[in-house]
Amino acid sequence: MTRWLAIEGVGFWASGLPGFDALRGFLRDGSRPEAPPLRPAPALLPPNERRRAPDTVLLALEAAQAACAMAGRDPAAVPSVFASCHGDLAITDHLCATLASVPEQVSPIRFHNSVHNAAAGYWTIGTGCHAAATALSAHAGSFAQGLVEAAAQVLVEGTEVLLVGYDAAAPGPLAEVSPSEGLLALALLLAPCDAAAGGHRRLRMALEAGGAPPPEGPLAQRLGRNAMAPALPLAAALARDAGGGLLLHAAPGSRLRLELA
Amino acid sequence: MAAIVDRAGASAPVPALAVTAWTATTAAGPGRGALAGALREERSALRRNDFGPRCGNGEPLPCWIGRVAGLEESPLPASLSDWECRNNRLAWLALRQDGVLEAATRAIARYGAGRVALVVGTSTASIGATEEGYAALQPDGRLPRQLARPQLHSPHSLGGFLQQALGLGGPVQTVATACSSSAKVFAQAARLLRAGFADAALVGGVDTLCGSVLFGFNALELVSPEPCRPFDVARRGLSLGEAGGFALLEREGDGPWLVGYGESSDAHHMSSPHPEGLGARLAMRQALARAGRRAGEVDYINLHGTATPKSDEVEAAAVAALFPASTRASSTKGVTGHTLGAAGIVESVVVLLALEQGFVPGTQNCGTPDPACGPQLALRNEPRECRLAMNNSFGFGGNNCSLLFERGPAR
Repeated sequence: MTRWLAIEGVGFWASGLPGFDALRGFLRDGSRPEAPPLRPAPALLPPNERRRAPDTVLLALEAAQAACAMAGRDPAAVPSVFASCHGDLAITDHLCATLASVPEQVSPIRFHNSVHNAAAGYWTIGTGCHAAATALSAHAGSFAQGLVEAAAQVLVEGTEVLLVGYDAAAPGPLAEVSPSEGLLALALLLAPCDAAAGGHRRLRMALEAGGAPPPEGPLAQRLGRNAMAPALPLAAALARDAGGGLLLHAAPGSRLRLELA
Repeated sequence: MAAIVDRAGASAPVPALAVTAWTATTAAGPGRGALAGALREERSALRRNDFGPRCGNGEPLPCWIGRVAGLEESPLPASLSDWECRNNRLAWLALRQDGVLEAATRAIARYGAGRVALVVGTSTASIGATEEGYAALQPDGRLPRQLARPQLHSPHSLGGFLQQALGLGGPVQTVATACSSSAKVFAQAARLLRAGFADAALVGGVDTLCGSVLFGFNALELVSPEPCRPFDVARRGLSLGEAGGFALLEREGDGPWLVGYGESSDAHHMSSPHPEGLGARLAMRQALARAGRRAGEVDYINLHGTATPKSDEVEAAAVAALFPASTRASSTKGVTGHTLGAAGIVESVVVLLALEQGFVPGTQNCGTPDPACGPQLALRNEPRECRLAMNNSFGFGGNNCSLLFERGPAR
């Protein structure tokens, strides 16, 4: 097991459950907000950019901002790790369809938004953050592997770190091969335990051989078809203020064992 | 900015990691010997574009590319055929050069499959396979059956393929921060080792030519109609290339050594650099701070130097401001093309060649340097005993990484 890390902040956003409070309410008594917004509207982006930004960027920024706000941390000083199984499939769909018809009509903005670190780029631009930012992917292990990288940064660099796991819906022909439905993001603001004020939830972890049980229960029934669903057991444990052990899928044949306190 | 620099400057020196095997396969050919040969002979491996979707006039995009020969005739072994695509073919070809596969296999035997991390970078992974699928959709709008393999249409196609090919069970991450991807893998792997998640790490990166990057960079008006001319006053943009490369990092060895890394964000624009090169300067200073070294000790810098007008100007000014004239600097993208997510590993291999073979490669195709360039820029090859050398990789989203390597074995 690693040393303990402090969880200073949590951000959550999902289709139908637009925020960590909505998640808490749903897990407490099954309640759901009426007429929830279809996509998040992160205050970080000016309204005109909010209209143009890809769903994945809106989603990741909304959760990231919520985690920093709960932690009371200035995002400009915090290194970040963005993890996504698929990145923005709507842009991939558009790019590939354009290339198959009139390749000269590829949109320059869609192209630069197609990079897997688009959300990280918009986040650092929007917050004026000059710290390190990374973006990674690991199939169904994307959240767990992002958590490993974020934990390594906290442990080795001694800094607080923002982790954002997010995925959006798969359109068109990609829905068959890269299945994902709706929007789902979980963000954590992690810090070294000795640097954090008391009273925070704590987390430690170890990678080990073996599989992880698929997420189940009412939350998984609602959101389990999003590609970030492997993060749901951790989101639920945090929303319920539950402690104890958790297993997250990390890769074929390996899992991340988490201990929450 | 002062606070950020102070923070980076305060980074305590970190333990060095031994680079116990290393390789790159580029348009110059398989393995680092082919790359060293092209550099030594000041020979560009670029050719007229004969790849990718055709334009309206039936011709390929008019530009020059660094294409790896023979991939079309190099299928994956049958046991890995589910992963079949151009990018994974190049990964497989690159992995089997310069003893890297053997060294990785030895590391797995020594430390255990669960204790060897795999951290690889790519910008577009196997999106070429997705493009192929869209060009051949079935009448019902679905991908053709032979391309309906979920593992291909994923940014993690590269990491997933290598994990299965090698039987690894430790941390497995595909890093995709555009053109800094396979530089950042060194930083991330170094942290995984220090945090105790692994005892060794196979790092690297692979990117192959595809329609997305040819026509995407074309849409941004960044593709040169002639072979790219990094830092030349009359440069007209980049030449795209494909490449793959790997390095094995361990705590002990004879060197060369990874002694420092720096990572930063421009916080400026998605596809153009910070006008004063703020992020680039932060990354370079941080790499020096982590290594406990001064700028004047750096013998050679392999620049990002893509030959796009703005980014070369900004990087040239940043290097001129931070380093003395005794530090030599060059871009080797005139030889290989800009290999995007593989640029970090390819140019780390160039740096390791400079340390091993005692020469500074010149800046292929640069005749008259941009006025922003300092005296550091090497136009032609120079013999030079290099002890400490840096590699810069900067990507879209303002994502920057600088790495610092030192020659072995004396430590």
